[in-house]
Amino acid sequence: MDSILKVQNVVKQFGNYNALSNVSLEVPKGSIYGLLGPNGAGKTTLIRIINQITMPDSGEVFLDGKKLMPDDVQYIGYLPEERGLYKSMKVGEQCLYLAQLKGLSHQEAKKQLKYWFEKLGIEGWWDKKIQELSKGMAQKIQFVVTVLHQPKLLILDEPFSGFDPVNANLIKDEIIELNKNGTSVIFSTHRMESVEEMCDYIALIHQSNKLIEGKLSEVKRQYRSNTFQVGILTQNIEGLMVQLTQKFKVGPTNFKSLNEDIKLEVELGNLNSNELLSILTNFGQVTHFVEKIPSVNDIFIQSVSK
Amino acid sequence: MNVLSLIIKREFIAKVRNKSFIVMTFLGPLLFVGMSFLIGYLSSMNKDSITEIAIHDESGLLKNNFKNTKHTHYIDLSLMPIDVAKDTANNNYEGLLFIPKVDSLQLLLDKVEYISEDSPSLEFISKVEKVVDSTLTSDRLKTMGLDADKIDKAKADSTLKLSKFSGGESLKGLNEIKVGIGGIFGYLIMMFIIIYGNMVMRSVIEEKTNRIIEIIISSVKPFQLMMGKIIGTSLAGILQFIIWAIVGTILFFLAQTFFGIQMGASSSVTPEMMEAAQSTEAISKIQLYFNEIWNLPLGTLVTCFIIYFIGGYFLYSSFYAAIGAAVDSETDSQQFMLPVIMPLMLGVYVGFFTVINDPHGMVATVFSIIPLTSPIVMLMRIPFGVPLWQLILSIVLLFGTFIFVVWFAAKIYRVGILMYGKKPTWKELYKWLKY
Repeated sequence: MDSILKVQNVVKQFGNYNALSNVSLEVPKGSIYGLLGPNGAGKTTLIRIINQITMPDSGEVFLDGKKLMPDDVQYIGYLPEERGLYKSMKVGEQCLYLAQLKGLSHQEAKKQLKYWFEKLGIEGWWDKKIQELSKGMAQKIQFVVTVLHQPKLLILDEPFSGFDPVNANLIKDEIIELNKNGTSVIFSTHRMESVEEMCDYIALIHQSNKLIEGKLSEVKRQYRSNTFQVGILTQNIEGLMVQLTQKFKVGPTNFKSLNEDIKLEVELGNLNSNELLSILTNFGQVTHFVEKIPSVNDIFIQSVSK
Repeated sequence: MNVLSLIIKREFIAKVRNKSFIVMTFLGPLLFVGMSFLIGYLSSMNKDSITEIAIHDESGLLKNNFKNTKHTHYIDLSLMPIDVAKDTANNNYEGLLFIPKVDSLQLLLDKVEYISEDSPSLEFISKVEKVVDSTLTSDRLKTMGLDADKIDKAKADSTLKLSKFSGGESLKGLNEIKVGIGGIFGYLIMMFIIIYGNMVMRSVIEEKTNRIIEIIISSVKPFQLMMGKIIGTSLAGILQFIIWAIVGTILFFLAQTFFGIQMGASSSVTPEMMEAAQSTEAISKIQLYFNEIWNLPLGTLVTCFIIYFIGGYFLYSSFYAAIGAAVDSETDSQQFMLPVIMPLMLGVYVGFFTVINDPHGMVATVFSIIPLTSPIVMLMRIPFGVPLWQLILSIVLLFGTFIFVVWFAAKIYRVGILMYGKKPTWKELYKWLKY
């Protein structure tokens, strides 16, 4: 598997405070990689190290197989969580300036800007000052500035904060489209539903250590508890419960169903799902039989509160 | 385009487009010319006023010796009783000179009294003392049998001729001119450092509060951003000063031609110059003054002004940039400003008080070598001629310190720009140096 970004044994201390202790990560090329973790876990420090804003005390970062160099900033697009623009500068000038800082020529920057402004329907904003725009409008500009230089790696820290649902969706679609065209994305957020929806890979950082990393489906498999939700139409509830509790841990549960069935959550432990199914079929008609898949939210809370 | 030049360009344009810059640039010279008119007018008004002093001379021995001058008139109230004279003087005049009745003139030595509401000026006191002294002296001479007129004639009035080892005549009052010229340059540097240093600081704070800083330093090094800011702002400052110089000169000449008004300084000089011009001796003397000014190391002065300006401004701007990075708002910056302003103030005061008395004395020499004060003090000393080794030592130290301070400021800047919220303490700043 080719990786766009590789972080190796990175350590960073601020005085006596450990911001990152020996963190290693690998972001596969073309993935959307969710970087998760509670506040103060060290995500921002890690992101700043990748952007060469802060230097690590030890450890190395590789971009596209090569050691990260100062000039590599042109391949990375970074949308920080704390973001803003020069208030009294005109939108167009400001975008041109920021694009040129990323290494684009004046013409190239102008061409790209035109493309993006048309795409997002904001052509009329060119001569406006940032202070005349609403927060959401300014956020759109920031997004454009981040992706303008066609980076290989896009690092987005809470990209949807400040957007209304319509615009959040618009930006989400843009991110997905960029990803389809080959841009790898690192995505740091506290909105677990976005992670669930967009990310192929996740990593969880907690108290300056990496706890989990991997493909989202594999992580979920790791965290599965072999628990099934079942629904059954039966007259002999007591008999069923006696038989089930002999072998499994059983509890009540809830799910949407059209039947007047009994809803149960059954932890199988080491046993096979067929054993559960064979017991159930003895007692009546099985209307629902689904393995419970852990949500990212569950995984997050479970690992952090360990 | 190079990243640094991009930043310089943006900073320069942002400064120059700012409304307050435009207003100050074009209003500044107007204000300056207006101020000099006002000062000239006020001082001429002061000159025209006449102070009236009442005299109550019971002895009758002195009152005739107080002669009216252009600005002081004496009013004789000797005929009134003393109480009435006091009241009258209190209500109508500046003060009352009281001379008691004495048996002999010599007893007046310490008896003459001046009564007034406000304490008199030193000039006035010495004037009165002089009158009493000369009256008493000539009286003594008379009792000794000497002819006062003859003694007056016998008095010699010498002038010390000043010259240099290198030849040529030195002129009195030249020190003041030299300090004046050096002082203007030194003062300009100080003003520039404070005004534009503050601009650098404000611009750093602006980037912090706008939260654009992290976007920018993901593209450029914080050091590049800081240097770009300092250089860009300084260019805006230089532009402003050039405009001031041009506009100021034009306004000055326009005012002179249109109104035929002679400005404060020249109005006091011109009549004397006219008088003086009548004797060829005086003409050559004025010529000498001009020669002497031209003989000042003007080339060195201008070169050094540029060198010290660059060194001093960069040195202090780095401090200002570090302060801006450390705080969240301008109000928080006060705590850190004092140590920056202090050396500048010290430089100006040391310059004006010690250089004029002893341009090559210990204090002046030391302060012209210490980097934080050298841009100001050295420029004041240069017109008096400074040994080359001192100049070189001072410049080397200035630029050495500048490199050290930039390094130190960059460290604080790098950490500070990403710190939000609480105002750091000195201890925390020290810790940042080690991050």
